[in-house]
Amino acid sequence: MSLKRKILELQKKREKVLQGGGEKAIEKQVAMGKLTARERIITLLDEDSFHEYDLFVEHEARDFNMDKKTLHGDGVIIGTGTIYGAPICIYAQDFTVAGGSLGLMHARKITKIMDHAMKMRVPIIGINDSGGARIQEGVNSLAGYGEIFYRNTTASGVIPQISVILGPCAGGAVYSPALTDFVFVVDKISKMFITGPEVIKTVLGEEISMEALGGARVHSEKTGNAHFFAESEIECFDQIKKLITYIPWNNSKKALPFEVKAPKIDQYKIDEIVPGNPKEPYDVRDVVRAITDDSDFFEIQELWAANIVIGFGRLDGQTVGFVCNQPLVLAGVLDVDSSDKAARFIRYCDAFDIPLVTLVDLPGYLPGVDQEHAGVIRHGAKILYAYSEATVPKITVILRKAYGGGYIAMNSRHLNADFVFAWPGAEIAVMGPEGAANIIFRKEIMEAEDPEKMRKQKVKEYKEKFANPYVAAAKGYVDSVIEPEETRKLLLHAIEVSMNKVDAKPNKKHGIPPF
Amino acid sequence: MATKKLKVKKASTPKIIEETKPRLSTISTVHGENYKTFLTEKYKNRKKWQEPDPKKFYSQIPGTVIKVYVEEGQEVKEGELMMILESMKMKNRIYFLDNGIVKKIYVNENERIPKGHLMVELK
Repeated sequence: MSLKRKILELQKKREKVLQGGGEKAIEKQVAMGKLTARERIITLLDEDSFHEYDLFVEHEARDFNMDKKTLHGDGVIIGTGTIYGAPICIYAQDFTVAGGSLGLMHARKITKIMDHAMKMRVPIIGINDSGGARIQEGVNSLAGYGEIFYRNTTASGVIPQISVILGPCAGGAVYSPALTDFVFVVDKISKMFITGPEVIKTVLGEEISMEALGGARVHSEKTGNAHFFAESEIECFDQIKKLITYIPWNNSKKALPFEVKAPKIDQYKIDEIVPGNPKEPYDVRDVVRAITDDSDFFEIQELWAANIVIGFGRLDGQTVGFVCNQPLVLAGVLDVDSSDKAARFIRYCDAFDIPLVTLVDLPGYLPGVDQEHAGVIRHGAKILYAYSEATVPKITVILRKAYGGGYIAMNSRHLNADFVFAWPGAEIAVMGPEGAANIIFRKEIMEAEDPEKMRKQKVKEYKEKFANPYVAAAKGYVDSVIEPEETRKLLLHAIEVSMNKVDAKPNKKHGIPPF
Repeated sequence: MATKKLKVKKASTPKIIEETKPRLSTISTVHGENYKTFLTEKYKNRKKWQEPDPKKFYSQIPGTVIKVYVEEGQEVKEGELMMILESMKMKNRIYFLDNGIVKKIYVNENERIPKGHLMVELK
């Protein structure tokens, strides 16, 4: 046979495999409002950049007549490509082939591309759309999941790992996304749960739809499992592309610098955003936008635990991670969920050498039996741990209130912040003026002829004396009291002078964070 | 500032706020200071804590009642077997944690019950 004929043969073979699960299955996929696995990859990656491997992999299962079945590519597509020029490893489960079910060879393909991403030190993106374990392959499919989880854990903090849920992702399969850095979901398409509606119905007799049990909204608003919520697959891909521009390729590189743009100061007037009265709310994201390049802020987990805001912005073209109390929601308190949310993000930034900017305005930890019983001590400790452990440049700006335990937790000097700035309206104190005055002057208030008048007077006294940034500044806990308009300039400077930061911690295998 | 209108269409506005209609509430935090803010669904739906009643026995796990070993009016002692509740492929033995007389049994054999279901009450 001449080479030409062999080439023709190859082309035919390719053509056959590229059909995936065939026309009918593809029709079904489209009817569900979903793109096919290959379409997804091609849409997400730079034009003509995708190259596929393991196209001709076939399964080896023999039981239950599986030996008579051909599953093209064994239900998963793997390959490499680029996003805005950044090299990427990617896999996408193909729901049209045996429901994207995971068998041994399917898992081998995934672990192969994961290993490749680790060797090349580039981000890995996993598109999940699978009915779960291929039951016919028994314990082999369990082995496959385990091998993926192991690699997710090993790669954690070395290369960015992104999970995209574009279909069902049930049972053991959910733990790969859960171990990765960022999980993207799409409304009405993503479904994630450990036990599905059928099991719940059998065991509990409770009827619930897949959407209500583990739809995109549930994981974006209630569980915090998802980081980015989109209305459509296309919007989701745009979010992924945007994220890729913010993060480095691996933990030994910096994120690529961007063109420097000034913030839109006409739209976000930094000295007009924060009300003087510490009990009045405002949107802290406006403060972020008043500081960042082009007033761009890429928020993460915006729908869950909204009392803390996390996300990326740029300062002079460099990626910075923002952690901010949000007075607009639950007065910006720290609680179980917000501590968990912030702590993980802080560790992400620390792992990938992204400087941290913390904007503080909070009354403290949220009181309540539900919080105490939900373990606010353990969860609240996560944020202390994460800040203390982080060795990237850590800069704090106290915008207004910083009371009690909340003050300590929000990257205070005492947790080894590099720079702590405070606006002139900052109130750094052990608690709010009213509570403090009630305790300190209890006797005077009780014994006064007009206790209410005395109380008010004492609160006023306390406010004047302690509700300011100067008591903390006098001790050096605050480095500088600054005008709001100076914030961006000082942040830029602080990051610039922290470029070669060395924060030597004692040698250890690893710490034992409270999780 | 506080009454600043929220832009609902933008992707960056939290959906929680969009759905609950922008209306500020106050939240009482540490030492009784009140702050104007929006509340989350989770906060609004939090359960009020109640003192547990040692005479009432609730299911700790969902399952199927296989056998009930006591009758109403029967005197029981702490540590006595109450029932077998099959759950997660396991026949769980449920014991009384208090002495008393069985006031009412709220479950039947072969009945499937959820977690937190009142099973037996003592007098």
